[in-house]
Amino acid sequence: MWLSKSSVGRKVVMSVTGLFLILFVTFHVLMNAVAIISPSGYNAVCHFLGANWYALAGTLVLAAGFVIHIILSIIITLQNKKARGNDAYDVNKRPKNVEWASQNMLALGIIVVCFIVVHLIQFWYRMQWQELNGTEFGEINPANGVAFLDLAFSQWYTLVIYLIGFAALWFHMTHGFWSAFQSLGTNNNTWMPRLRCTATIWATIVCILFAVEGVVFTLRANCPECKAAQECVNANCGDAEPCTTVENCNAECK
Amino acid sequence: MDKNISFKLKVWRQAGPKEKGNFETYEMQDIPGDTSFLEMLDILNEQLVDKGEEPIVFDHDCREGICGMCSLYVNGHPHGPATGATTCQLYMRRFNDGDTITVEPWRSAAFPVIKDLMVDRNAFDKIQQAGGYISFNCGGAQDANAIPISKVDADEAMDAAACIGCGACVAACKNGSAMLFVSAKVSQFAVLPQGKIEAVKRVKAMVRKMDELGFGNCTNTGACAAECPKNISLNNIARLNREFICAKFKD
Ligand code: SF4
Ligand code: FES
Repeated sequence: MWLSKSSVGRKVVMSVTGLFLILFVTFHVLMNAVAIISPSGYNAVCHFLGANWYALAGTLVLAAGFVIHIILSIIITLQNKKARGNDAYDVNKRPKNVEWASQNMLALGIIVVCFIVVHLIQFWYRMQWQELNGTEFGEINPANGVAFLDLAFSQWYTLVIYLIGFAALWFHMTHGFWSAFQSLGTNNNTWMPRLRCTATIWATIVCILFAVEGVVFTLRANCPECKAAQECVNANCGDAEPCTTVENCNAECK
Repeated sequence: MDKNISFKLKVWRQAGPKEKGNFETYEMQDIPGDTSFLEMLDILNEQLVDKGEEPIVFDHDCREGICGMCSLYVNGHPHGPATGATTCQLYMRRFNDGDTITVEPWRSAAFPVIKDLMVDRNAFDKIQQAGGYISFNCGGAQDANAIPISKVDADEAMDAAACIGCGACVAACKNGSAMLFVSAKVSQFAVLPQGKIEAVKRVKAMVRKMDELGFGNCTNTGACAAECPKNISLNNIARLNREFICAKFKD
């Protein structure tokens, strides 16, 4: 298969999976925004993305995208190390116009993967996985996304890990975005500056939104009033689907 | 008038392909600023010969920036710190009195060191032999304007054809990728009607040869284009990818 056998083909696979992951990340950041605007809406999204066939199919496709992108990146890096040879330059300077990110994509990717592992443990394992198993994590309904946000972000280190992950993601995306179009052959002198500019803007919007969301969740998780409200929601809903929202819970409690 | 400068030269010495190399330091005194880098090495070599030592081996030929024979990784840049110029066109006025100048060979698995600063760049010839040409029957040359070609295409092809095959792109690339060279050699024909006829066969053969010879996968860092003495554009790499992907989809 030319997609795996030729260097150009391998880069095509990296590009297609990379662009797919950019779309996913963009979807994810918008989904998180729902949790800020409307916690009940967010729980509805969590419910929708639970252990249904369509959500599971989506998860599998997504996981395949990640796995292919990661494994191929490791193979490509090893091949490139070999092509480079054993003797390193004594003095080697990065030329102007060469992005730092472009020469450190693997390291940035590894940071992002570490972050994703923490993230999966904090959310996916406690939500979709538990629902699949028919179990519950800490007696919280798997669809009660807001409760899991509070649980994860009540720890100070969560925000720190997330911010590091977002910073790495920003660098990774600024290069990955235009590079994907270059590898697919859909680039030229006119489009190069446009793509690079779009890459920076897109990555900046996504990562800033992620960071803002992280900060808001941390503030929420650590404010006693919000906590009381959340406990109130949990109490009112019991095992059933979350029926009450944080906003109207206090009213109902009273 | 340029001032004369004195500096330290740190040069990679390696007796042969299998030998272990190391840096030797030489003191250079009173070198005029209008000496080219290669002339400066000539001066050093004469001094070495006078002392009965082995002169430093380095590649060169035209010494006017058109043949692509000269190489050298000078102070962390292929062809030295100047942009858009080969080592033979690098002048000592670029350096300061008291500098230490580090001179290394191209370092890439596909370009093994032959001796000192000279590397084996036969891999490029092999890629060219795989398809970097247009086949035609000999005979009387046709009128140059018999086939109309737009100015834009003619310029694109000409810019790509400026590649002198020096290998600085491979040397600069952290992945040891030859994409800039191959893309220039594919592009110089791909945009012209005469080259289109064998375009599909050409791009497949040249990419296959490039991979076979152990050059790395391009990750679009752009170091090649930034260091290329002929300012070959990354545009050509996108075209190479496009030509290759289309060729594969045609199969
Ligand atoms: S593309 Fe530039 S750096 Fe590479 S071989 Fe041609 S002239 Fe040299
Ligand atoms: S010696 Fe010919 S290009 Fe430098």
